[in-house]
Amino acid sequence: MNQPLFFAWVGAALFGIGLYGLLVHGHLMRKIVALNVMGNGVFLVFIALARRDPLVTDPIPHAMVLTGLVISVSATAFALVLLKRLARQAQAQESSEHDS
Amino acid sequence: MSFTAAAAVVPVLLPLLVAPLMLLLGQRSRAALLIITVIGIGWALLILNGQVLELGPQRYAVGGWGAPLGIDLYADGLAMLMLWLTWGVGSLVSGYALVYFAHGEAKAERFWPIWLLLWMSLNALFLAADIFNLYVTLELLTLAAVPLAALTGETEALRASMRYLLFALLGSFCYMLGVALLYGGFGTLDIMQLGWLVTPGPLAWVALALITLGLLIKAAIFPFHVWLPPAHANAPTPVSALLSALVVKGALYLLVRIWFQVFPNAGTLVAGQLLGLLGAMAILYGSWQALRQVRLKLLVAYSTVAQLGYFLLVFPLANATGWGGAILQLLSHGFAKAALFLAAGNVLHALGHDRIAQLHGVGMQLPITVFTFALAGIGIMSMPPSGGFLAKWLLLRAALESGQWWWAIVLLCGGLLAATYVFRVLGYALLAPAEQQLPKVVKPALTLELIPLLLALISVAIGFVGMPYLTLLDIGSPFSGQQP
Repeated sequence: MNQPLFFAWVGAALFGIGLYGLLVHGHLMRKIVALNVMGNGVFLVFIALARRDPLVTDPIPHAMVLTGLVISVSATAFALVLLKRLARQAQAQESSEHDS
Repeated sequence: MSFTAAAAVVPVLLPLLVAPLMLLLGQRSRAALLIITVIGIGWALLILNGQVLELGPQRYAVGGWGAPLGIDLYADGLAMLMLWLTWGVGSLVSGYALVYFAHGEAKAERFWPIWLLLWMSLNALFLAADIFNLYVTLELLTLAAVPLAALTGETEALRASMRYLLFALLGSFCYMLGVALLYGGFGTLDIMQLGWLVTPGPLAWVALALITLGLLIKAAIFPFHVWLPPAHANAPTPVSALLSALVVKGALYLLVRIWFQVFPNAGTLVAGQLLGLLGAMAILYGSWQALRQVRLKLLVAYSTVAQLGYFLLVFPLANATGWGGAILQLLSHGFAKAALFLAAGNVLHALGHDRIAQLHGVGMQLPITVFTFALAGIGIMSMPPSGGFLAKWLLLRAALESGQWWWAIVLLCGGLLAATYVFRVLGYALLAPAEQQLPKVVKPALTLELIPLLLALISVAIGFVGMPYLTLLDIGSPFSGQQP
């Protein structure tokens, strides 16, 4: 097995691990992490693709990964903010129930 | 920059420029900015439409770079129809939102910039020419749609948005892995080039399966529909309308682009029947759930799940008739569903609740809104005369002509179930028991009642357009030249 193919398989494996984590774990934080593992798997496949010809590196997959990273970082940031808001509201609800 | 080029770029660029202005200039200039956007995009679409009608599908390389490194925009008949749908529904719902959010709430401050970004992503999605830009626009769409769904900040809405976001991201990564495989196998991202290059084989099939799975999740097709009803029902009224009428259509649009242009031979296979089966299950399950709902907005949301199912019948019924019917279904459902959600929102606003069983007498208090609900309902339950009827009629004809009678049964059952849930609402709304008093209502502003009425009228009128629709649809269609 040559090097790019190895990385492509590792990427596919990461994708699978992430998917498993997303489906199995109930906690939202874990789900967000699992999605990131999945995403990194996809990016790794792209990076491996860039080297499928051993002599030249294809720049297009690199450009795509960069775009993908930006999107994935923003999506993760947004998911974390949502999570924080949810946690805060759950806490507020709990304490108000405790008071009454 | 040539004339066509400007016309293709304006629908993407204008809302992108106006979005930060909405944030910076504040409340007073809002209406003016909105009018500029609506007129600007409408003007650009008119020019683009003329070009497409005259010269066939248009292609434009942004900045002159060209594929593979640059970004190409591509407009054919289908893209034009979707752009017009977005413009029509978007403009009218914007007008509604202008009144709905008038009271200087924090919600309104956030609604306008995000909605314009959403509009930009939709236009960019419909104009994208390669599968990676489609990924980017699809992500932009998600990142604009989820905050809108969470706009109220209430726990229910936040929870629904979180689920929406997780599903949407899962869908994106599946789609993107499919894109990676296609690029690895065939060395291009351009839809048209892929259409020439793709050869059947394990790689192509895995890629198609991943892309399809991702898009089905994003389009909330049964059994991936679970995120849609809570997200759409807990959003503020104009947002519900936009999400149900436009946003889910983005993923479906991509699905047909990929299936009919990248894999033109896939539809005839078992896979087509399988997708049709998912569609049939969406129709039956969605309608059944709609029938069981206690709250009006959830009923309307489940009705979306069902109506999206009709569109999937384009895969087993892949001929000119089925194609015409399925695309018409997207258009008429867009207008009808926007009308239904706005009408349901009016009821919620007027009564302070939207429990269907307690709608007694609303027909007398809000006659325009209830009439709107009935009018839009005509298309949903596929009764003539309406766009929804014509769409399902074409699908029915395609089913019978191709000897696949089982889809005809699904279509008829779906119509029947839809009629039941629409009439259930109307029954409660129209029949006021004699001993009960009329409910106390806060009457919505007249504009809030007239805009949904206009949307409902358009959804009916689409049934009468006929020729202009078919002419436009034919341009660049995979079934070009065949009469539906």
